[in-house]
Amino acid sequence: MVLRRLLPLIFCLCVMGTSAAWSADDGSMSVQVKQSQVRTAPSFLARIMATLNYGDRVYIVSRQGTWVQVFLASAGVKGWVHSSALTTQKIVLKAGAADVNKTATSDELALAGKGFNKKVEGEYRNKNKNLDYAPIDRMEQMKVSQSAIRKFLKKGAVSPQGGAQ
Amino acid sequence: MKKNARREFMAAAGRYALYGLGVAPLFSAIMSGCEGMEEATTIGASLGQATGVLTGQQAESIIKSGQAVARGFQDITPEQEYYIGRAVGASLVTRYQPFGNRTANLYINTLGQALAQVSDLPETFNGYHFLILNSNEINAFAAPGGLIFVTRGMLQLCRNEDALAAVLAHEIAHVAHRHGLQAIKKSRVTTALSTLAVEGAKNLGGQELAELTRTFEDSITDITATLVNSGYSLAFEKQADNAAVTILQRIGYDPNGLVDMLTQMNTRLAPGGPGFGRTHPTPGVRIDYVQKRTGVFKPVQNQPSRQVRFKRLMKDV
Repeated sequence: MVLRRLLPLIFCLCVMGTSAAWSADDGSMSVQVKQSQVRTAPSFLARIMATLNYGDRVYIVSRQGTWVQVFLASAGVKGWVHSSALTTQKIVLKAGAADVNKTATSDELALAGKGFNKKVEGEYRNKNKNLDYAPIDRMEQMKVSQSAIRKFLKKGAVSPQGGAQ
Repeated sequence: MKKNARREFMAAAGRYALYGLGVAPLFSAIMSGCEGMEEATTIGASLGQATGVLTGQQAESIIKSGQAVARGFQDITPEQEYYIGRAVGASLVTRYQPFGNRTANLYINTLGQALAQVSDLPETFNGYHFLILNSNEINAFAAPGGLIFVTRGMLQLCRNEDALAAVLAHEIAHVAHRHGLQAIKKSRVTTALSTLAVEGAKNLGGQELAELTRTFEDSITDITATLVNSGYSLAFEKQADNAAVTILQRIGYDPNGLVDMLTQMNTRLAPGGPGFGRTHPTPGVRIDYVQKRTGVFKPVQNQPSRQVRFKRLMKDV
């Protein structure tokens, strides 16, 4: 009986525990990809206003579908970033001891370069000398500009239905 | 819980929630406890380690067991996914020769990157990249993070750009749904991710680096074995085909392109043979469930400018 009366309280505390984790952040998100772009509108077809790098922090202004309108303080720019480029975790590029402790004990922080990283790749390649990474490096050089994509779709008369993302 | 009791519970929950809003800071210490055992164990372990009660190894095993439940492939960051994908890719281009035709490779990269932008995961750590493999086998592979490989044999099944888009969209969908990462045995992910929890405290030393590299190596083996030999589950393939249809519709290609390609595959693929014959559901099965989404097959209307460039850019493949 006592348990039954306490159950709602426990339930609430847990719900609030989760929301406290959200409110603990300051409405900012971190860029979790090597490079991303801030655009004038929530679409990849929109003009690029600024470039973001891994670990950059942006402040959430609003959301629309899978896009987040952000404020980038360093450039004084307000624009749109696709949500897949962002994480609520704070990404720490060069971690101090305090950050390290915090990452071990919460999900708020992520250390850049942790775990499977360049160093691990180096070790792996040392152990597997038969592996050819050169075609992979070349493949990653294959970049197509946004204007080339736009022209390509236009020339092929490929027109997005239901709005391009 | 009986219906009455449940109503009572919800009402009380609401009341407590209101009280809670006013005194939230006061509760913050208690609330963190609700996040479960994992945090408590980890704090305990690091405290013990700091005060010298536990050896590093003991602390590690505590952290490992505490986090074992919570850690899964979802916790692999895009940056780590990128290194996994590169290694899987390196293993594939060691088995298969890249096809050097720049025109065709640029074509599939332009088309593929356009498609990736309307997928559910348009941005990965270093973006989507596509490479043709010089093999007559009917095959295609998606390495985590967005490195996608398609054989000439597979491309030869495509009779138009819409069909080609369908092949690429299917592979993009495997990346977007992180199917590759899910081929890694869960125990390895747990080991890797809990190693990191303590790893940060020191700089990754020789022993940890060796252990992490072993786990990395095993993870790559898990993924390549799935891609090359055993294939994904029917559920994953269905999900990838469905997502491919969505991608095609979003951007404006005809999803009948997928059925067109599968019909061609059906005439040329040896069941149980190398490539898709071994790793994918039969084209017939795929056509059946795809058509539940796309309706009765209507031949792809070859849009003239699209068809002209398709023929021109793919002529050497």
